[in-house]
Amino acid sequence: MERVPILKIGQTLFVSIQIDLQDESVMRLQEDLAEELGATGAHGVIIDITAVEIVDSFIGRMLATIGSISRLFDAETVLVGMRPAVAITLTELGLSLKGVRTALNAEKGLALLNRST
Amino acid sequence: MAGYMRDHQDKIVSRWTELVVASVRGRSSAVEVRRELEDLFPLTIRAMSGADEQASGELRAALTELSRSRARNGFTPSETALAVFSLKDAVYELVADTAELTPDYLAFSRLVDGLGLHTFETYAAAREQIIADQALSMLELSTPVVRLWDGIIAVPLVGTLDSARTQVVMEKLLETLVATGADHAVLDITGVPTVDTEVAQHLLKTVNAARLLGAECIVSGIRPQVAQTIVSLGIEFGDIATKATLADALAYALNRTGQKVTKMGQA
Amino acid sequence: MDELPIRSGDDVVRVRQQVRVVAAKTGLSLVDQTKVVTAASELARNALVHGGGGTASVEVVTSSHGRSGIKIGFSDDGPGIPDIDLALTDGWTTGQGLGLGLSGARRLVDEFELTSKADGGTSVVVVKWSR
Repeated sequence: MERVPILKIGQTLFVSIQIDLQDESVMRLQEDLAEELGATGAHGVIIDITAVEIVDSFIGRMLATIGSISRLFDAETVLVGMRPAVAITLTELGLSLKGVRTALNAEKGLALLNRST
Repeated sequence: MAGYMRDHQDKIVSRWTELVVASVRGRSSAVEVRRELEDLFPLTIRAMSGADEQASGELRAALTELSRSRARNGFTPSETALAVFSLKDAVYELVADTAELTPDYLAFSRLVDGLGLHTFETYAAAREQIIADQALSMLELSTPVVRLWDGIIAVPLVGTLDSARTQVVMEKLLETLVATGADHAVLDITGVPTVDTEVAQHLLKTVNAARLLGAECIVSGIRPQVAQTIVSLGIEFGDIATKATLADALAYALNRTGQKVTKMGQA
Repeated sequence: MDELPIRSGDDVVRVRQQVRVVAAKTGLSLVDQTKVVTAASELARNALVHGGGGTASVEVVTSSHGRSGIKIGFSDDGPGIPDIDLALTDGWTTGQGLGLGLSGARRLVDEFELTSKADGGTSVVVVKWSR
């Protein structure tokens, strides 16, 4: 099972999803992030999905859950780099991913996090 | 019947060619026509036996190709179908006096009728595809996305906002967001004649999609009648900003991005 | 036609990949490819989680107008769906359970057929046409 690496830069945790994630890997990421947030007290999480071609309802819900978990740790999550085709498909699926903030790229995501702290 | 036709192949194909050439009125040479029909004839014989599935398939495919190429050369579908039907005439002239072949002829005739209809259907299907392709091009051309200012883009929607158009709008809007890095998008519906629940849903979908790319949408161009319809239908725009005009929307977006327009010579 | 087993999370990923390969071959636009692969992911996962495992079949099809498309079939031997109408009800934002996966997948494809199999279990066949 692939484990997605989590980078800590300053007060922000960076996660870059590069591959077609298997369900277990997504759940593992959720756990790992919760652990990191607890351990580091980071204020923000950036999840980069620029390389992700498919986000179905399961993965979508996982991402929303990560957002909720982060908030419990008083951290904000920003999902960045969603591909147009993925956004259109998620919208058609009826997933608005409320509770997760979004930005076009990591740079803007970081700016968003810094604005809200 | 098939055997009889096979034995008299040359005679039948020649007569068939004559009949078809007479109807094409010079648009095809006798040699070309003969070649086409000579290819079709053996396939027809094989298909007649009924047991050869592959032959039927090949025959239909050959007729589809014939129909398409003739359509490209300006033949009407009727002309192509008639060309197929004239095989019946060619064969009938030969078997008219042979009583024992009459029942077979009926079956043969029905087979040819089916083939003639097939060429007609192929023609119709090809035309439909062309119309669909053109409709799609028109849709794409009529959906411009313009850059209003740094970080602010606008999509002037003109005409009905149906699901097909919504797909095109979403694709173009999102592509432009990525290309320009904009974080505000104005959806101007001045040119949308009616806004009912369905149109409102399409707008909401578009707003949602843009949000997933981190952009905030403003719906502008809400005319008085449209406003009344929206309220009476109970459509909720929720937290989506709405403005009466594109200008209002631009001012709003500028404000949100910390920008201001002032007259020169003033502080 | 390719037949793939659905017995694990890895199988779901494999189904996605296979559908993507075939969808690209049929000339579907990028958005349409994404939609059909996502639908396949939903349905494969459904077969695994609610159906206890099953199989998927992927093939290229041609319409009478000569358009090509991708046809994907899912079959599981699970308990079946007691109330198909309820399962297919459009659930836009609930995000819970069976409803979202099925009705969502239906919106992503052009043709969608769900039937309960005679010997138990469910069969879903979807088609997405190229434009």
